[in-house]
Amino acid sequence: MKPVTRIHSRTAVLPDENIDTDRIIPARFLTTTERAGLGKLCFNDWRYQADGSDNPAFPLNRPEAKGCSIIVAGRNFGCGSSREHAPWALLDYGINAVICSEIADIFRNNALKNGLLAIVIDEAEHRWLLEHPGVELIIDVREQYIALPDGGRIGFQLEPFARHCLLNGVDQLGYLLQHHDAITRYEHTTQARQEAA
Amino acid sequence: MSPRNLFQKLWDAHVVAPETADTPAILYIDLHLVHEVTSPQAFTELRERGLSLRRPDRMLATLDHSTPTLAAGADGERPYANAEAKAQVAQLEANCREFGVELHGWDSEDRGIVHVIGPELGATQPGMTIVCGDSHTSTHGAFGALAFGIGTTEVGHVMATQCLLQRKAKTLAIHVDGNLPRGVGAKDLILHIIGEIGVDGGTGHVIEYRGSAIEALSMEERMTVCNMSIEAGARAGLIAPDETTFAWLKGRPRAPQGAAWDAAVAQWRALRTDDGASYDREVRIDASKVRPTVTFGTHPGMAIAMDAPVPAARNAQEKRALDYMQSKPGQPMRGTPVDVVFVGSCTNSRLSDLREAAQVLRGRRVADGVRMLVVPGSEAVRRDAEREGLHQVFTEAGAEWRIPGCSMCIAMNGDLAQPGQLVVSTSNRNFEGRQGKGARTVLASPATAAASALAGVIADPREYLTEVAA
Repeated sequence: MKPVTRIHSRTAVLPDENIDTDRIIPARFLTTTERAGLGKLCFNDWRYQADGSDNPAFPLNRPEAKGCSIIVAGRNFGCGSSREHAPWALLDYGINAVICSEIADIFRNNALKNGLLAIVIDEAEHRWLLEHPGVELIIDVREQYIALPDGGRIGFQLEPFARHCLLNGVDQLGYLLQHHDAITRYEHTTQARQEAA
Repeated sequence: MSPRNLFQKLWDAHVVAPETADTPAILYIDLHLVHEVTSPQAFTELRERGLSLRRPDRMLATLDHSTPTLAAGADGERPYANAEAKAQVAQLEANCREFGVELHGWDSEDRGIVHVIGPELGATQPGMTIVCGDSHTSTHGAFGALAFGIGTTEVGHVMATQCLLQRKAKTLAIHVDGNLPRGVGAKDLILHIIGEIGVDGGTGHVIEYRGSAIEALSMEERMTVCNMSIEAGARAGLIAPDETTFAWLKGRPRAPQGAAWDAAVAQWRALRTDDGASYDREVRIDASKVRPTVTFGTHPGMAIAMDAPVPAARNAQEKRALDYMQSKPGQPMRGTPVDVVFVGSCTNSRLSDLREAAQVLRGRRVADGVRMLVVPGSEAVRRDAEREGLHQVFTEAGAEWRIPGCSMCIAMNGDLAQPGQLVVSTSNRNFEGRQGKGARTVLASPATAAASALAGVIADPREYLTEVAA
């Protein structure tokens, strides 16, 4: 994973609550065995009209949303399935951060493991961001704040290890593999306990 | 030691390295379930890094999501939805051969939905940690196992290390006391619970379901309840193992046998929340108040008794949901015309679910213009159902009797509804487009699904059950 330290972008707002993983990427596209190239399917059934043209009512299709890499979404973004195709699709679509007052657990976990910032902030600040699409933000991962154009700051907390991995591009599998001996000891101890029972 | 709740006991028993301020715990995983949709990229990652599986003996793979539910043709070709689906299944077959994973594939008499066959084989046991690249892994919590869904990156972590990096979740106790009324089942109960606590009511928490109404449930019913824990956003759902659990597991192929069984049961009896242990949150539900319950919107939290009026939209997205569903505020869902009925999925495709639907359908006909699909959860369920003649009840009623798979729950195998069609479904998600682009899903129990198929509109199964009794 490449380090993620800072994201600078205008926001696009998806105000709906409970945007589920089927809306982020419909299940019928999960027959892929690859993780690349899913951006064109992101929000597929919301983003396109029946004839395949862009749906003008989809907020990210609006001209002012072009090039935005930060989404401010309604509460409980990413609920539903465990499909990692959801963060893969968002990243490939050009989204690098999702800001919300609540994010579904599995989605949040999957997102952070792929370098997609899943950021939870207080409700009042979330409401303000929802009401002000297109605001230019700088997300600072190291200092854990979102800088507003007027100089104001919104603080947030990332799980410390996830933040460390983001900042340093740490490979979590590599970290786990370093614990090979401890895992072996655990296996021996529990196996002995089960056999003794 | 201070009193601990069930989750804490399961957690403590699996900590390889404890969590610190800077690092999550390393948690050992006892059983890793695998299917074709969320595993290919993880196998690829292992291959690219030259890694092998740490414990292939703790893995169990099956084919369920992309698999057709119609049998192979005379030429032996299976009717896959598309070439990609076929390739995905072939990929899992190849990966399992290459990496030495036991696959319950097309030629296995145990193939089925991953969350149906794990328990059926006795692979799912109390006290275990169980994961799968599938959010409905919460199903296995019915056995007092800590079971949760993970993404594909973590599937790779478990493959290579048998461990996950985890922060300890919070705990939510849902006490359910009182008796469920006649004709009201586990599906009604869990829809009612999600309607009460909300689609995000369990976020960040592991739920422990407890109380007299939970203890009274069969294992199949407990699985239905735990299955939908994720629909309230919970990390997992748990029910403490008891005599019902032990009786259900005894003698299953992968369950301990002989003296090992007795020793295992002795350990499992300790898997209960200690007196005096606390939870981060607690909720109380009165089972006697639960009525046949269905969803009226586009997430499982929008659930209501079928004869209660649909509430007015409180905001723009609720209005969008009601518009999508064509649900009318002030009107009950009961009586809404139905196009398709689906009985199946990891929530409700076990033998008891099929019996429940058959009890309503027996000797009757599905209404004209309604298509009904019945998809057993596994080959074992299919065999048992056919031995009892349930398949004849379904086909004589005019329903289609299929071979096992996830089918119309996720609609990625070609089983789907058309835009605008209303599906009464025993599955777990009513998201927009979940059962086909533009399709409208109403979640319900197998009995409600069957009654609705007969009536052609959303119907109360108790009317049909009364007639049978009379």
